[in-house]
Amino acid sequence: MRPMAAEKSPRGRDRRPKLVAVPHGNGDGEAAAVEDEAAEPGADDDLRLSDVDEWGRSQHLREILATLYDPLYRHWFRVEWEGFDKLPREGGALMVANHAGAIPADAPSIMHGIERDLQRPVYGLADDVFKRIPLVNLGWSRLGGVQAHPDNAYRLLREQQHLVMVFPEGSKGPGKHYSERYQLRRFGRGGFVQIAMRAGVPIIPLAIVGNEETMPIVAKIPTLAKALGLPYAPITANMLVLGPLGLLVPFPAKLRIRVLDPVHLDVPPDQPRYSRSRIMDASEDIRHAIQQELYDMLSRRRSVWTG
Amino acid sequence: MGKRVLVTGLGSFWGGRVAQALEADPDVDVIIGLDTREPGVQLDRTEYVRVDESYSILSRIVRATQVDTVVHTFLVVDSNQGSSRRMHETNVIGTMNLFAAASQPDSRVRNVVVKSSTLIYGSTHADPVWFREDTRRPAFPSLRVERSLLEVEGYVRDYAADNPHVVVSLLRFSNVLGEDIVTPITKALSLPLVPAVFGYDPRLQFVHEADVVRAIMFVLERDLGGIFNVAGDGLLPWSEVVAICAKRLAPLPPVGRKAVAAVLTRLGVDMPVELMELLTYGRGADNRRLKDAGFCYEHTSAGAVHAFAEATRLRSTVGRPRAYRYERDVENFFRHSPAVVREKGPG
Repeated sequence: MRPMAAEKSPRGRDRRPKLVAVPHGNGDGEAAAVEDEAAEPGADDDLRLSDVDEWGRSQHLREILATLYDPLYRHWFRVEWEGFDKLPREGGALMVANHAGAIPADAPSIMHGIERDLQRPVYGLADDVFKRIPLVNLGWSRLGGVQAHPDNAYRLLREQQHLVMVFPEGSKGPGKHYSERYQLRRFGRGGFVQIAMRAGVPIIPLAIVGNEETMPIVAKIPTLAKALGLPYAPITANMLVLGPLGLLVPFPAKLRIRVLDPVHLDVPPDQPRYSRSRIMDASEDIRHAIQQELYDMLSRRRSVWTG
Repeated sequence: MGKRVLVTGLGSFWGGRVAQALEADPDVDVIIGLDTREPGVQLDRTEYVRVDESYSILSRIVRATQVDTVVHTFLVVDSNQGSSRRMHETNVIGTMNLFAAASQPDSRVRNVVVKSSTLIYGSTHADPVWFREDTRRPAFPSLRVERSLLEVEGYVRDYAADNPHVVVSLLRFSNVLGEDIVTPITKALSLPLVPAVFGYDPRLQFVHEADVVRAIMFVLERDLGGIFNVAGDGLLPWSEVVAICAKRLAPLPPVGRKAVAAVLTRLGVDMPVELMELLTYGRGADNRRLKDAGFCYEHTSAGAVHAFAEATRLRSTVGRPRAYRYERDVENFFRHSPAVVREKGPG
């Protein structure tokens, strides 16, 4: 017996009025819509009212924000890329970068630059602190932020072949004192390497200079952070100079982003687990490479403000 | 010889629907439905047995009727549906008694289908976007209804392990929408202003009520064992669901959600705490395992919302049809009186 036969019969004698009471040819095709959709499962684009995808990203909202953010990108931070050609035009890749500034300017700049010039979406993996805060979670997910869960990363990279960005330092990078600027923190537990191994995609390290100076942390209030449930509660130089406005306004430090050579991890994808030592070695190699690149870029930087 | 099927929760929406689908199956000889309430839909050959909610006389019924298939649809997945004690009696004790009866030494049961819920995955800030059947919950279950379902699934797993000759399938359904079903979500969407949590717009997933019954029949026909998510394709934001229903949102405070849910429920808005959490963080269940087994959904998540919205609009004009009422004497007359000329039954 086919599954259809089991379903049809109860419908015939059912009390449901929908398809019986409404004549099918009633002009506007409203009653027929369900049946049309049933004929072609999956093709429900005409049933959707918004363009929010499964990750919560909306291309429409992303474009509106891009229009607003572009002047900031070009004239405030004057973002400059080196080695932009190393970013892939197709296929999945995991980008990892250093992360700094109380409210980091690096994430939006990387995402904006790539989406504008490469014309492909970038998804950013982030800590669940974003998902806990009202409004912040909404804005973050509409603009391409995704909860950093291994399953999410695998689906994005392996099954959908997207570009994904992650900051392996997590909140330890932006939360550090200004005196420790450009000193990379521990790269988590190497989870990003394991994700790239399982997804079979290359890791593209990025080194960013300038983000530390956009919003330097001069002091921290641990009790306030605890009370608010935040990873850190900083007093920034911006607050000292600009008052309450400094909570949101970054200094116009020049951002320079250098794309390093892609790292291809030479292991078969889709394995349930990978050697811990290989993961930690690769993680440490990438951290070291970014750190050396940062020293190189800093030694060439003549001014914080003009590069 | 055809199948002899026992359906729990015959008076519930699902029990009635499943019994109707089973009646249409010529391979099914006997259908016995258990419930505390009378059936809410018209049935031709299903035998209704009134039992107490925890099924204490179940072993006698199983022995007497020699059923080979059990469809367990009678689980409470809505914490506002009666007290927590009733939920415990129905879910945990009911399931325990059901499996105790089905694992008697002379039991003929070879096939068990349990209707569970994706509620078992919870809804928290640490969740992945998609839950597979074997994804571990990132957070400890904080809600009573989630813990209750976890206990139920524990009994199902134990039973499956102890009885390897029985095909046990556990179906986890996501939130159901459709023409007829009434749930806290459909009630919320029927309010003039639809509740939402301020600062959040989670993505939700729906399955159409017809696909639910089709999925149960599908695993029964194929003798498919294991755990399966049953959920429509795609996720859509709550704001979009509300827009499809042509309603407007009323934001609720995002803090103290348990208290807000309790106050709303007191005020007459059916807002169970698990729905409040769902409207904050959303949930997605990966439906590929059942699809890979050959099941085709007739509706996507968005399709289920549209089906509901259209049925609601139609009802607002022509009203609800008269509900079916069960009359025991009439039903017994048609089933058992020698005066009724019965055609030779199917099979």
